[in-house]
Parts: sequence; structure tokens; C-alpha cells
Amino acid sequence: MTTMTIAKAINEGLRATLAANPKTLLMGEDIGPLGGVYRVTDGLIGEFGPDRVVDTPLAESGIIGTAIGLALRGYSPVCEIQFDGFVFPGFNQITTQLAKMHARSNGNLTVPVVIRIPYGGGIGSVEHHSESPEALFAHTAGLRIITPSNPHDAYWMIQQAVECQDPVIVFEPKRRYWLKGEVDVDGPGPSADPFKAHVLREGTDATVVAYGPLVPVALAAANAAEEDGRSVEVIDLRSISPLDFDTVTASVQKTGRLIVAHEAPTFGGIGGEIAARVSERAFHSLEAPVIRVGGFHMPYPVAKVEEDYLPDIDRILEALDRALSY
Amino acid sequence: MGTHLPSTEFDGTAVDDQREADAEAVMGDPSAQMVQLLGPDGKLGADPVFSGYADRLTPEDLRGLYADMAAIRRFDIEATALQRQGQLALWVPLTGQEAAQIGSGRASQPQDYIFPTYREHGVALTRNVDLAELLRQFRGVSNGGWNPKETNFHLYTLVLAAQTLHAVGYAMGIQRDQKLAAGKEPDAAVIAYFGDGASSEGDVHESMVFASSYNAPVVFFCQNNHWAISVPTNVQTRVPLSNRAKGYGFPGIRVDGNDVIAVHAVTEWALEHARQGKGPVLIEAFTYRVGAHTTADDPTKYRHSDEEDAWRAKDPLSRLEKYLRAEGMADDAFFAKVKADGDELAAYVRRTAHDLENPDIRSAFANVYAGAHPLVAEELAWFEEYTAGFAGDDEAPAQHDAAAKAGH
Repeated sequence: MTTMTIAKAINEGLRATLAANPKTLLMGEDIGPLGGVYRVTDGLIGEFGPDRVVDTPLAESGIIGTAIGLALRGYSPVCEIQFDGFVFPGFNQITTQLAKMHARSNGNLTVPVVIRIPYGGGIGSVEHHSESPEALFAHTAGLRIITPSNPHDAYWMIQQAVECQDPVIVFEPKRRYWLKGEVDVDGPGPSADPFKAHVLREGTDATVVAYGPLVPVALAAANAAEEDGRSVEVIDLRSISPLDFDTVTASVQKTGRLIVAHEAPTFGGIGGEIAARVSERAFHSLEAPVIRVGGFHMPYPVAKVEEDYLPDIDRILEALDRALSY
Repeated sequence: MGTHLPSTEFDGTAVDDQREADAEAVMGDPSAQMVQLLGPDGKLGADPVFSGYADRLTPEDLRGLYADMAAIRRFDIEATALQRQGQLALWVPLTGQEAAQIGSGRASQPQDYIFPTYREHGVALTRNVDLAELLRQFRGVSNGGWNPKETNFHLYTLVLAAQTLHAVGYAMGIQRDQKLAAGKEPDAAVIAYFGDGASSEGDVHESMVFASSYNAPVVFFCQNNHWAISVPTNVQTRVPLSNRAKGYGFPGIRVDGNDVIAVHAVTEWALEHARQGKGPVLIEAFTYRVGAHTTADDPTKYRHSDEEDAWRAKDPLSRLEKYLRAEGMADDAFFAKVKADGDELAAYVRRTAHDLENPDIRSAFANVYAGAHPLVAEELAWFEEYTAGFAGDDEAPAQHDAAAKAGH
């Protein structure tokens, strides 16, 4: 076991995959000598050279589009999108090309491209730097979407994403880049399947599902609720597509109440999808409506008011009160 | 300020004059700045660089180029007919662009990789794609009817210009393969096809920036066929498209796209240039879409037939026929055989298109992901259960037949 931050864990995971496979390469803006704006690729260009850690022109469609071409030639490119809000110039390449290539080639072609996107708010930044666009990608068949919430998962999930033959988007919780935790570099252990949810804390009164940056918030809310004598189960979703409905359903069948928390706006979001599926699968187990805790239907607000926008412990506890009032 | 600046040679008047001249060259008579070897009169001219490449073509090669152009034109007629008869949902005719496609495709080597847009049926022929298979997409039984790994001819791309970036990435892969293989890998290059309309897409710009920055072995082959559906080229550009290469820092050449000898020579030069590690090249093949954009289009609404007639006078096949006959390289028997071969190809395509089977939607479930995906599996299981519910239902098979017939 080694203690490291999430940023360092991704860095080490990338180092491991670059060392293991000569056809893995990293592409992105400022990922070379600078090591990326979050230093996630720090030191890698010195170790693997500019052909494998590629500082690209400043063009997101170009990054994704050329990564597709490299994948067609047998390479495994890992693209870094500098910030969540800047992925949209590459949205066309991701949704019309990358996601569909395997299907439209009748399975003849695979495009194992990984796209890393630092996402979410809470860092007091300027506009376009704090968004959570995961639902836009989850709606697109052909993509896999994962989001680690701790260093051990981060270390293994980035490597599992590179090994996957499908395109994978890794949403990295940017405000947790400096969160420290234990990493077992000898083996993934319970993290062996990146597309399975983890029950982080068992409980009997209600279930809180969260992912990425809100996982520590959900855990803190559960601890606070415990002081009031409420037993809350917390699930870290880890994967958004595919989404592990089995784990969520099993938990709801036990607790009868479900709260889903994410930073993204609730309308049309992952929480709504989970609510619909759970109502189909576990209708008779539900003691209360599924309650969503998330962002509002507005462009991500300015930094000075983001605390009012972002779900926090109190917002989850308020949702818990409502769920338990039925 | 200003007094501290060095004097410049900037001349606003000259800039404006040049802008006017460039704009005229986009659509006007471009012969002064265009590579042409075989003119519409069937006479072979000379070029200091490209005649050397044209001289490599043997009489047999020239006859082959003619036969290919005739075959793909015949195929185009047949496919259009199949669409009119309801056998295809849509057809994208290429007539008029045979020289641009056959000339460039025949200049490529087997190890090169081709990224077409969606009108490159002639290039497909040169890459040994089964032309009947090519119809799958337009019949609605597949989104990609051939395996690109077998022909190095990628699937058609319908989102304009997206493939230009794939081409550059593929070329970046070739560069890395050559380093990994330490010289054992054959030199290879990539061709990215696109059109005058697609040249306005941002992906063309980004692909040229990436290609130039990394010196990628890619040839950008722009077929300027003068019309992006109903919009003429001078809405897409105020300079000849080949001029744009200069802004990216690599050579741009405008070639007579109806001159198969010049297209072959220029493309061969460009591919050699790229394979030798000298970087990308932009070729603008100046040609004309004689027919409609697709079978759903109506050119009479936006252009005059005299323009089409003027371009028919520059027909790529007739000029090569004149040359072959004048040089004694081909006789009546040759042209009769070409015609017979074309009819045989058309019959084969017609027969095979009729026999293309509708796929099972289960194959669509199977190919969403390369690996297992629980949601896809769950939805497939639901679909199986749902359809099993119709088993033994007399009406269901009848409905299925009806639906199948409606699709024909």
C-alpha cells in the first residue's frame, strides 16, 4: 500500500500503462513539459519522449479525430481534455465518429480511445471550468463512462480504460485531485471491474448513490445522519455507462429509500435515469419517491455563488429528511 | 507611435487587386495555374515536374485507366437506375469525377490507406472493394459494407471532413510504426478525400494544422466539383483551394481533375513526397459534378444546363479515348470490350444488389460495443422475449413479409 493523491495515482497509472504497452500514447494540450494544467502527466514526457506524450495543437476536435486515426492504426491513445467545458469542440468527433465506429463497421473496427476530462466545480474558477457534462455522453451508445472517486480506483481505472477495446471517457473529479488515499499497486482487488458500483458504507434506512466528487460528501452526510440515529447506505457508482443497476436495486430493496446526488443539473441527468430504472425494478420496495440532489437548470454559476449551487452535506441531509418523511 | 516602426512594403492596393484575382480564379478559367497534361482535345502537353511521372505510365496502364473510368461510369448509371427502381434508398453519383478518382486511386500503393468521403466509388474500385458491397450502405442494410482492413479503404464518412482528422491520426500512426519497426515497415502514406464544400469545415483546418506540425505522411485530396449540393465554390472560398496549403506550410497543387494522366502524376508525386517523410501535400482536383448531388437533388433549381454542357466538353473519358486512338494504343475492339465489360459489371451489381439480405437487428445489438455491456444485453433479452410473444401468431409473419416488401 502506498499513499498518494488522485492526481498522482492517475499519473502512476498512466506511467504503468505507457511502460507496459509501446502502442499507448498520451495526447493533449500542455501535457508535455508542463505536465498538464493539473500536472497529472508530470514527468511522463521525460520518461517516454514526445512521440508518446504528445503536446497537440490547441484543437479539441483535432485531438479526438487524430486519436481515432491512431486507434485505427493499432494505437491506444489517451486524450486529455483540459477542462470539462472545452470538450464541446470535440463533441462531434466523440459522438458521431468515435462512438459509432465499431457499430458502423459491423464490428470489424475497434477504436480504443480514452478521453480524460477533469470535471466538476468547487474550485472557484472562471466559466467553462466547472461543468459536469457526463449525461450528454451517457446518452450516446458506444461510449463507456467511468469516474473514480479515490486514489486506488483512479490508479486502476485509468489502466482498465486503456485496456478496454471500447472508447472510454474518464471523468476525473478535479476538486478531489489532491485527495489522498491508499493505493495497492500490486493488484486492483475489489476494483477489478471498473464498471461495477461499490457499496462504501452499509445502512438500512436509506441509500445515497453518488459518484466522482460527491462521494466524500455523501459519506460525510451518512456519518452526520448516523449521529441522528439514521443508518444510511452509500454507493459509489464508479461507472455511468454501463450503470450498475443491480447493485443500486439490491440496496433499494434493502433500504426502501433512494437519494441520488450529482453536481450536474438534475433535469435530464443520471439521477433521473436511476430513478426511472429503480421504479421499474423495485417499485414495491420503495417507501418514498426517489429524490435527486443536483445542480439547477442554469449555466454553471459564477464562482462566488457556486457554494449555493453545488450539492453539499446539508442538501443531502435535507433530501434524506424528505425521503424518511414518507 | 508609428515613427519608431520600420517601413514595410505593405501595399493596400496590391492586396485588394490580388484578392480580386484570387476570387476570379476560384471559379474562372484557371488554366494558367493548373497542372494539365492531357487537354480536352486529347493532346498531351508537357510539365517540367509531372511529365516525368506521366512518362511512367505504359500503354497498358493508360488503357487500364480508361477501362476503370468507363467501368465506374457504367456502375454509376446502374446504381442510379437501381435507386430509381426502389432498390436503393439513395445514390450519390460521381459522373464527371472519374479522372479525379481513378487517377488518384491508381497512384496509391497497397500499403497506403485511404479515407474517402461518400462519393469515392471510383477510388473504391481501385482498392478492389466489391462494388456490389458498396451498395449496402445505400440500400440500408449496412452502414459500412466492406472491411477496411482488407482493402485499406476506410468506410465512407458522411459527417463532412471528420475523416480528414482520422487520416492525419492514421498517418501519425504510420510514423510511429516506422520508428518501432526500425525501417522494416514499408513506407506508406494516407490519402484524405474531401470536397470543396467540406473545405469550410473546421476539421479540415485542424487536420492541416496537425498534419503540418507533425509532418504527417498524408495527402489531402480535394475534389472541387464546383457545387456543395446547391452552393457554388465561391461561397466556400475566395482563393483557389490549393492556395490554402501555403497558410499551413506545405505544397498545394491545383490539377485538372478531368485529366486522368495529370491527376495520376500529381498524386504519385505527392504520395512519394509524403512517404519520403517530407510532409503533407494538398491537391485540388478541379473537376465538375455533372449530375445531381444525390438522387434526391434537383440541379435545375440552382444552375444552368449550359454550365453542365461546358463541362461535358471537358469529359475525362472522351479526351483519353482521343489520345489512345491518336497514338494507336487502343482500337475499336478495345473500346467494344470495355463496353461489354461494363455491361457485365452492371449485370453483376444488379444481380448482387437484389440478393443483398436484410440484416437481423440482433447484429446491431451485437456491435454497439466490442465488450459485453449489461444494458445492451438487457435490452436484447427484452427484445427476444417480446418477439417470442408473437410466435405462433398468424398475423406476425404476414406483417413481416409486408414490411419486407415495403422496403423493396
